[in-house]
Amino acid sequence: MRFVDEFREPKLISKTAEEIRRLAGTKLHYRMMEVCGGHTHAIYRFGLKDILPENIELIHGPGCPVCVLPMGRIDDGLSIAQQPDVIFAAFGDMMRVPGTQGSPLEHKARGMDVRIVYSPSDALKLARLNPDKHVMFFAIGFETTAPSTALTVMRAKAEGIRNFSVFCNHVTIIPAIRAILDSPDMRLDAFIGPGHVSTVIGCRPYEWIAQNERKPIVVSGFEPLDMLQSIVMLLHQLRAGEAKVENQYKRVVPWEGNRAALRAMAEVFQLRPYFEWRGLGFISQSALRINDEHAEFDAERRFAVPGIRVTDPKAAQCGEVLKGVLKPHQCKLFGHECTPEHPIGALMVSSEGSCAAYHNYEHRKTAMVSLSPVA
Amino acid sequence: MTLESVSAPAKVLAESVPIRFLDPQIEMAHGAGGKASRKLVEGLFAPLLFGSSPGPLGDAAQVDINGTKVAITTDSFVVNPLRFPGGSIGELAVNGTVNDLAVAGAKAEAIAVTFVLEAGLPTPVLEAEVRAMARAARDAGVRIAGGDTKVVEHGKADQMYVTTTGIGRPLPGVTIDPCSVRVGDRILLSGPIGDHGITILLARGELDFDANLHSDTRSVFPLVDALLRAAGPGVRWMRDPTRGGAATSLNELARDCGLGMVLFEDQIPVRDTVRGACELLGLDPLHIANEGQFLAVVSPECADAAMNALKSTPGGREVRMIGEVREEPAGTVLVTTLYGGSRIVDMLVGDPLPRIC
Amino acid sequence: MCLAIPGKIVEIFCDNQDSALVDVVGVRRKVDLGLLQDDKPVPGDWVLIHVGFAMSKISEQDAADQMSTLRMLGEIDGAIEEVRGYGLEDAN
Repeated sequence: MRFVDEFREPKLISKTAEEIRRLAGTKLHYRMMEVCGGHTHAIYRFGLKDILPENIELIHGPGCPVCVLPMGRIDDGLSIAQQPDVIFAAFGDMMRVPGTQGSPLEHKARGMDVRIVYSPSDALKLARLNPDKHVMFFAIGFETTAPSTALTVMRAKAEGIRNFSVFCNHVTIIPAIRAILDSPDMRLDAFIGPGHVSTVIGCRPYEWIAQNERKPIVVSGFEPLDMLQSIVMLLHQLRAGEAKVENQYKRVVPWEGNRAALRAMAEVFQLRPYFEWRGLGFISQSALRINDEHAEFDAERRFAVPGIRVTDPKAAQCGEVLKGVLKPHQCKLFGHECTPEHPIGALMVSSEGSCAAYHNYEHRKTAMVSLSPVA
Repeated sequence: MTLESVSAPAKVLAESVPIRFLDPQIEMAHGAGGKASRKLVEGLFAPLLFGSSPGPLGDAAQVDINGTKVAITTDSFVVNPLRFPGGSIGELAVNGTVNDLAVAGAKAEAIAVTFVLEAGLPTPVLEAEVRAMARAARDAGVRIAGGDTKVVEHGKADQMYVTTTGIGRPLPGVTIDPCSVRVGDRILLSGPIGDHGITILLARGELDFDANLHSDTRSVFPLVDALLRAAGPGVRWMRDPTRGGAATSLNELARDCGLGMVLFEDQIPVRDTVRGACELLGLDPLHIANEGQFLAVVSPECADAAMNALKSTPGGREVRMIGEVREEPAGTVLVTTLYGGSRIVDMLVGDPLPRIC
Repeated sequence: MCLAIPGKIVEIFCDNQDSALVDVVGVRRKVDLGLLQDDKPVPGDWVLIHVGFAMSKISEQDAADQMSTLRMLGEIDGAIEEVRGYGLEDAN
């Protein structure tokens, strides 16, 4: 696979890891946060922790749009779909996320019309193919995904489609990073920046992290060589006492972002005054809703939703794990009451949530595993 | 298929045996072949049907009838769409049954088949499937001995459900037992994984992808036969990784024998197109269903003979040695990379779902 | 978030200029080009695909530059360390 395999080349990975060990030395301990859930997933999938030196600690950030969605919002979306002749369309990521009465898949088993879509345009296509039903698209994602939802709404409007709406749960990344940096128990040295969000918002929005907070941030791709190269770049900055925004993912991320994508978002969305992030609490100006010009496509305005707040059990320490203060296995419920089969907290419900990723890929590894063939 | 080998009728009073299955109702995940399925089988079916300590569950059961050993297996086939590139439910039913017996070390002799048909099913559809079954049975050298038909109301069956029961002759000198697996044993895989599951996923049409892919459905008996002839006593365990994929089969083995299955990622055969589909959809080929492949664990002494025998058998050219058995991590499957990274591969809870995050 | 994969534009659809057929090692899908209207790709271009939309064009030059940088990694610093090992600095 072009533009993928080159960045997974084993010899080059080993060489870059060696360079990291050289730069990291042994005296200092570096704490680097990868903001994006996709990076968390990549770290585990490629086993990157195995080849990084012990004194580089990767802290998982809150960039998992499924994880930060409060349970009440899932209930709201499902309640809309419970109405007759409504089709609930969502990405696969949402299908096993539990609401108080069960997950979308469980609702499907009980007779609700639930469809997995790969794209918001597939949801719109469903609306075209089923004129006697209403298709409600349960939209999630950060700025990577929001423009695609926006464009789909614009297309629906241009075509005069009446039986399509979006239940909008898009959130924005900068307020999440601010919440991390504002947290008193947080101690971070640097950030691995979200590569795909940045294809939309560009690299400028991170400048305050470097200038005001004095933390280096490198916008990173998702292949092993991308992430390792980003760590090399961060180490160079840290060793030189610098703090700037750098773009490691140049082949894909334009410094100024994607104007057409930002225009589409501005055309269709407006910022919510505040939004609840599961595990982080209410954050102002951190989420999107459909604007008045496109109200007919806003599921929350076309349908009544219960809007009931559902709080997580106090024992679940999702907030601390989300902010990187605790490691997943340090939460008391991890692996016992809270597992991927029976998730209690937000970070266990999505496969890229730090708890689920750690549980699935890591925590049964023993230090004694030697990785070369026996004979 | 999970069955218990018994040599005498089970003497169990079902009424007094408690079940360990705690879910209040059956969900789709319970049929997906992963963790939820295993919980249902181990927690409800096994205690009530197989006695209090059944031991490892396998693909077929051995029954002793007055000194004659017979292998028996049963399976049900629920697939949407019925026809897909490379096959249909009819072929799956025959090959799946033959394969369950093969990996239990038996040659399939006869299959009985049950059809549950939905009223309104067009006759040509049924005819096509029955023809496919007849053809598959002929190709596999197995007799379809009889069957049963029921028709249910429209909406109560997804066009048709097929159930098969196969009986076979255990091959002499063969003992398939997860408990015989030892540290240092080699893990073999007969060919590329993921073809069937991805073909079905794309054939459903919901995701709007197109690819030149087809199901790998076939009888693996000729390959199993060649393997057993070349390496008989050194073959510890075999399984056909259907729903749940190779990850599920190997996790079950790891749990049953308490050892670690360490796989070498660069050795796991996956076709480019399957890889592309998995990357696009965020799926792991190790979790995807296969209908024409099998895994075998063999002793290190006979590994070369096993590989050579398979490579020189038609259909066995793509066999690979994908890993080995180690002490650690116990009870777990670990995938390692050439650069020294590793990750645990667990069974999924239910079916693999595409993701965008 | 953000599962996005590189794919090659095979064909721009005539009836709807905003969509194209993209190929990823033999898997093909219609992809929306609406987010790239300011910089329209042509067949043969590589784009990054996320949820059925092309997010960005992939710069082959930047990818090649990155690979060069990675291959040279450590060579420059390593060379400097080697020279230091000759003990020439104190000569001044």
